[in-house]
Amino acid sequence: MRPFHYARAEGANAAILSHQALRAPRDQPAVLAPAQYIAGGTNLVDLMRIDVMRPELVADINAMARSRAGKIEATAQGLWLGALVRMAEAADNAEVNRNYPMIAQALMLAASPQIRNMASLGGNVLQRTRCTYFRDTSYAACNKRNPGSGCAAIDGVNRRHAILGVSDQCIAQYSGDFAHALIALDATVSIEGPKGARALPFAELHRLPGETPHIETNLMPGELITGFLVPRLPWAKRSLYLKIRDRQSYEFALASAAVALDMEGETVRAARIALGGVSAAPWRARGAEQAITGQTLDDDTLTAVGETAFAEARPHGENAFKIELGQRTLARALRQAAQLEI
Amino acid sequence: MAATLLDRPRSDAAPNPVSKDQTRMPVSMRLRVNGREHRLALDVRTSLLDALREHMGLTGTKKGCDQGQCGACTVLVDGERKLSCLSFAAMLEGRDITTIEGIAGVDGTLHPMQQAFIDHDAFQCGYCTPGQIMSAIGCVNEGHAESEADIREYMSGNLCRCAAYPNIVDAVSDAKAKMKRA
Repeated sequence: MRPFHYARAEGANAAILSHQALRAPRDQPAVLAPAQYIAGGTNLVDLMRIDVMRPELVADINAMARSRAGKIEATAQGLWLGALVRMAEAADNAEVNRNYPMIAQALMLAASPQIRNMASLGGNVLQRTRCTYFRDTSYAACNKRNPGSGCAAIDGVNRRHAILGVSDQCIAQYSGDFAHALIALDATVSIEGPKGARALPFAELHRLPGETPHIETNLMPGELITGFLVPRLPWAKRSLYLKIRDRQSYEFALASAAVALDMEGETVRAARIALGGVSAAPWRARGAEQAITGQTLDDDTLTAVGETAFAEARPHGENAFKIELGQRTLARALRQAAQLEI
Repeated sequence: MAATLLDRPRSDAAPNPVSKDQTRMPVSMRLRVNGREHRLALDVRTSLLDALREHMGLTGTKKGCDQGQCGACTVLVDGERKLSCLSFAAMLEGRDITTIEGIAGVDGTLHPMQQAFIDHDAFQCGYCTPGQIMSAIGCVNEGHAESEADIREYMSGNLCRCAAYPNIVDAVSDAKAKMKRA
């Protein structure tokens, strides 16, 4: 691991100031930014050890847990999830389980118990891809890690790579789970930064790879996530996160679905659908939501919804199986959600 | 010995700009492990795992993958199970760290989880065992050992390449009852 300077920040302001001590150009890729924040460290320490991330300054923001950034609160506007809350705490929280089960399940089905005790919610949504070519610096070609160098995955071993939202420059999969629940539930993300505080729809936090896969989010240099607000949605009680993977536990998704249904008898009044394991960024399937609205969940409808959800899929050989797997995962998730007793 | 990070005055001010030489300087820190305070001067890159094994002589905690995938390095931090390989030691000042060396009684009586692993033959080579035991104690204390399925799910962060899993599940189940009585 390369040497770095470690600074413990007492709050968001100090963290942002320490970040600014190493001024980063506006268009600098996050992976090359000289200053990085650390909370749980489960992603950053790993990536520093394998030399994919090379910060000169690591600013420890764990003291922020004493502020609202460390709390879960049920408010009039909805559910506040502080960025410094650990995955395990949110997954076990009674309010989250009762009213937003898809969030609790997305968290609980991710990583391992030890990692869930360490990893923060803010860091979780910013986790880097597990693309093996991104993580292995012996491959020169990675447009995320080394802009302009090409993509080794497009013609390489790509069974686990994304089929939705990909570009000719990058097919890396967004590996997280929790973010799909946030995008399905129309969450907003609270941010503090050198120019003050702002809030952003969660759907606008991440960027698709396009021509610039090294720019993964719309966070400006020095900006820091302080928490997420999930608006009240009474029918989110009828929601779940279904995750399909190679191993039964402690594994990233091959396909997953975050779904919530508002049912009137057998008919779907409204739906929320997000798809994981198949996409380059947290992925809301609005077309599928529209296709299911006003319908009953029979086989024909579920087939049509699956086809809509994956209409724009772009497989690259080994990952072509994800189209059918993703459609079946979505169909099963919708059936299960409709049958939930709430 | 220089002031530790905790001793420094707290302020909202930015630290001084970083110079390359500073990053090579050892950082003084105090770590509380198994109830004992250790004063150390370490390269800031040192993981908690390396601090335990290489600088405190506590080699019970094992290094398996060193990238957070195997669970062999599991320790308790303030009672919660965490991976010492993915923690910088400097981040853990002021926390209570418990390792496999710190769970037996002062008279040498084994912790119920240690005894259960012996009673149920829950290991072969033994390399993953300290991590398994620390993780299992965390699992029981979290309330995630209520059924066999629960134990399998909530012990999934600890790999055993000898595949002693059925016996590990039995051991955790057995120790859970005894930990409640203790």
